[in-house]
Amino acid sequence: MTATEPVLRLQNITKRFGPLTANDSITFDLKRGEVIALLGENGAGKTTLMNILFGHYVADEGTVEVFGRPLPPGEPRAALEAGIGMVHQHFTLADNLTVLENIALGTQPLWRPRLDRVAAAARIQAMARDFGLEVHPGATVSALSVGERQRVEILKALYRDARILILDEPTAVLTPSETEALFRTLKLMVAKGLSIIFISHKLAEVMAVSDRVLVLRAGRLSGERETATTDRHELAALMVGQEVAQPTVEAVQPGRPLLELAGVSTARRGSGSALDGVSLTLRAGEITGLAGVSGNGQAALAALIAGTERPTSGSIHIDRHNPADWSPRAALASGIGRIPEDRHAVGSIGDMSVTENVVSERYRSQRFSRYGFLDWGAARRFAEQIITDYDVKCPSPDARIRLLSGGNMQKLILGRVLDSDPKVILANQPTRGLDVGAVAYVHGRLLEARRRGAAILLISEDLEEVLALSDRVVVMSKGRLSAPSARGERSVRELGALMAGHGAEAA
Amino acid sequence: MDAIEILFTATFWVAAIRIASPLIFATMGELICERAGVLNLGIEGIMTVGAFAGWFTVYSGGDLWTGVVVAALAGASFGLLHATLTVPLGLSQHVVGIGITLLATSLTYFTYRLALPEVTSPPKIEPFAPLPIPGLSQIPILGEALFSQTPLTYLAFGAAALTAWVLYRTPVGLAVRAAGENPAAVEAQGISVTGIRIGAVMVGSALMAVGGAFLTMSAFNSFFFQMINGRGWICIALVVFGSWRPGKALLGAILFAAFDAYQVRLQQLSGGVVPYQIFLMMPYVLSILALVLVARRATYPKALMIPYQKGER
Repeated sequence: MTATEPVLRLQNITKRFGPLTANDSITFDLKRGEVIALLGENGAGKTTLMNILFGHYVADEGTVEVFGRPLPPGEPRAALEAGIGMVHQHFTLADNLTVLENIALGTQPLWRPRLDRVAAAARIQAMARDFGLEVHPGATVSALSVGERQRVEILKALYRDARILILDEPTAVLTPSETEALFRTLKLMVAKGLSIIFISHKLAEVMAVSDRVLVLRAGRLSGERETATTDRHELAALMVGQEVAQPTVEAVQPGRPLLELAGVSTARRGSGSALDGVSLTLRAGEITGLAGVSGNGQAALAALIAGTERPTSGSIHIDRHNPADWSPRAALASGIGRIPEDRHAVGSIGDMSVTENVVSERYRSQRFSRYGFLDWGAARRFAEQIITDYDVKCPSPDARIRLLSGGNMQKLILGRVLDSDPKVILANQPTRGLDVGAVAYVHGRLLEARRRGAAILLISEDLEEVLALSDRVVVMSKGRLSAPSARGERSVRELGALMAGHGAEAA
Repeated sequence: MDAIEILFTATFWVAAIRIASPLIFATMGELICERAGVLNLGIEGIMTVGAFAGWFTVYSGGDLWTGVVVAALAGASFGLLHATLTVPLGLSQHVVGIGITLLATSLTYFTYRLALPEVTSPPKIEPFAPLPIPGLSQIPILGEALFSQTPLTYLAFGAAALTAWVLYRTPVGLAVRAAGENPAAVEAQGISVTGIRIGAVMVGSALMAVGGAFLTMSAFNSFFFQMINGRGWICIALVVFGSWRPGKALLGAILFAAFDAYQVRLQQLSGGVVPYQIFLMMPYVLSILALVLVARRATYPKALMIPYQKGER
């Protein structure tokens, strides 16, 4: 085999799920020591394509060749043996087993009377050293951080002598420093002659890590660029099929205060900080951005505003009215709309239908119930209306919400919240995990709500997002809030210092 | 003799270990199934099948050990039926399990009636005889309790040790534990989840059936209706009590058996003042208490009762 011959060749791969064509005649080559980025929005077909490559799915048409030999379809074992390793977006690790056990699983003949732990541990440690993937082989996976688990996933592939490594959205779960470490590891792998397919929808990472970019849109290859000769704008346009405009925030005169917290503290729960004497005023027609490192009390603040947490001291006023009893129902009744942080765990009920989910916060209202019975006709019409108005791609209002992509689920939740025209909108990580197009859409809708006079609290770990949208920025650190700063008043550096807990001013 | 003295007699502990033996077999069987992610509620019926198959083999002129093997094979075939329905077809494990119990129990009674239409009192067989281990069985109380039992009891302890070894020390045991926790991890490493689960349910069911066979071949000498008498359900609880670990489950089985042996002796002591039903209840009440105390924080296999479909997220 010559150096220029591809290690992997996909030809005319087509995969259909019912009426949907997830992959439409996709052809590309991967060379030795090359990093290809597979870029595309959620639902563009990236993961499907890789699942075909790894044998989880069988393609309807097309062939895969690895090192010049055809790969039998639908057999993960064949893919592993051919030298393909895959790091799944949702880790395939057994939490009850140790690192060593997870890696060694399936690498020794099943009917051996004894698992050879010593040899396995030595091999794992050697690889961990070579590739900068520090792990403790005896640790139980349930005790590991997300970044450590990903290292185990990568080691699993390397342990099996993978020559081609597929990483599915590897940075979605990592902190910035973990991401940097991952990129260093990838460079070490490439230096050793491995080839890498890096799946992502984050443009900055794709630019940083890849040699070549393949852009996937709606199941088709919409473009192929050498990374050195392209830029983020071109890639974004290829991804969504049009130029993506930055959100424009027009000046609005802030109105009356709609939510006022005065000296609110909460009880400590779990690992995150509790609130410690937080005062915050949200005004009509204003977006207040909350920046901060995760775990510093954002969860407590969101829970407080949503009504799932009660203050131990301090007061809450909504539109100058002090609710007697604070509960999720009281919060909804007083006009708070909630976009939860985790749309899967908290924002929706996966196995219930779209219709059931859109009325789940409002089934008591006159509009959806009569004499204690649900009005399914009205509920369904409401679901259909959101689906049309918010451009939600879903098979029908009866579909289980679990089947929707992240972006579409978020649009649906957005529709559910904004339809009732809430006074206060709690947007907690509203764009986490969404692709470029969906992010722009969510931002647009939030700005529209601002124009209508809603008071919006935007909680985000993405400082860029906070700065782009917010009229005022507050920083949370160890359960305390900094004094607000107007747009452009504090520099990114000053905000960073506040986030790290330096010079926190009492608000 | 008072209530405390009983605890220091060899006969009490001999009885406890004997009562524990069928529970140990069946508990290990259930534990293997559940570790692979399949709840096997067919246990009660599969034990019935084993009790009958083992006994009937010997009654028809077979060797005792042949009887044990036939019981295991009969159990494995019902395990295969259970696994076919629950693993590749992904049907509800509750419904299938209860169905298997009803089917296996009724089929056994039916076969018994077909084979022995005339009998009124259950015919007896020559069961396994106690096989004291020279030397060890001379140790007071502990040695007597453990080493003057029948070969099937020794086999029960052997099965428990082997279960622990296989689950924790061998590659296939690793695959079984992973299949019950996260089947996708097994699939991603190129091992068939379906194969592992079917195998585990068959082996587990074979053990349950041998547990049933213990009753007819090492304890009661004959087969009669309702003889399993809820022992299978107890084993389901014992697996939880043991937090899905063979060692703790083994201890749980012995503990439960000791309660059971103790209540029989207390009944005799009380001289009829207290209704005997109170004593009969005692092991179960104590088991519930023990479950509450021990198993509340147990970490169960996360994929237990969740069918695995390839490629589904």
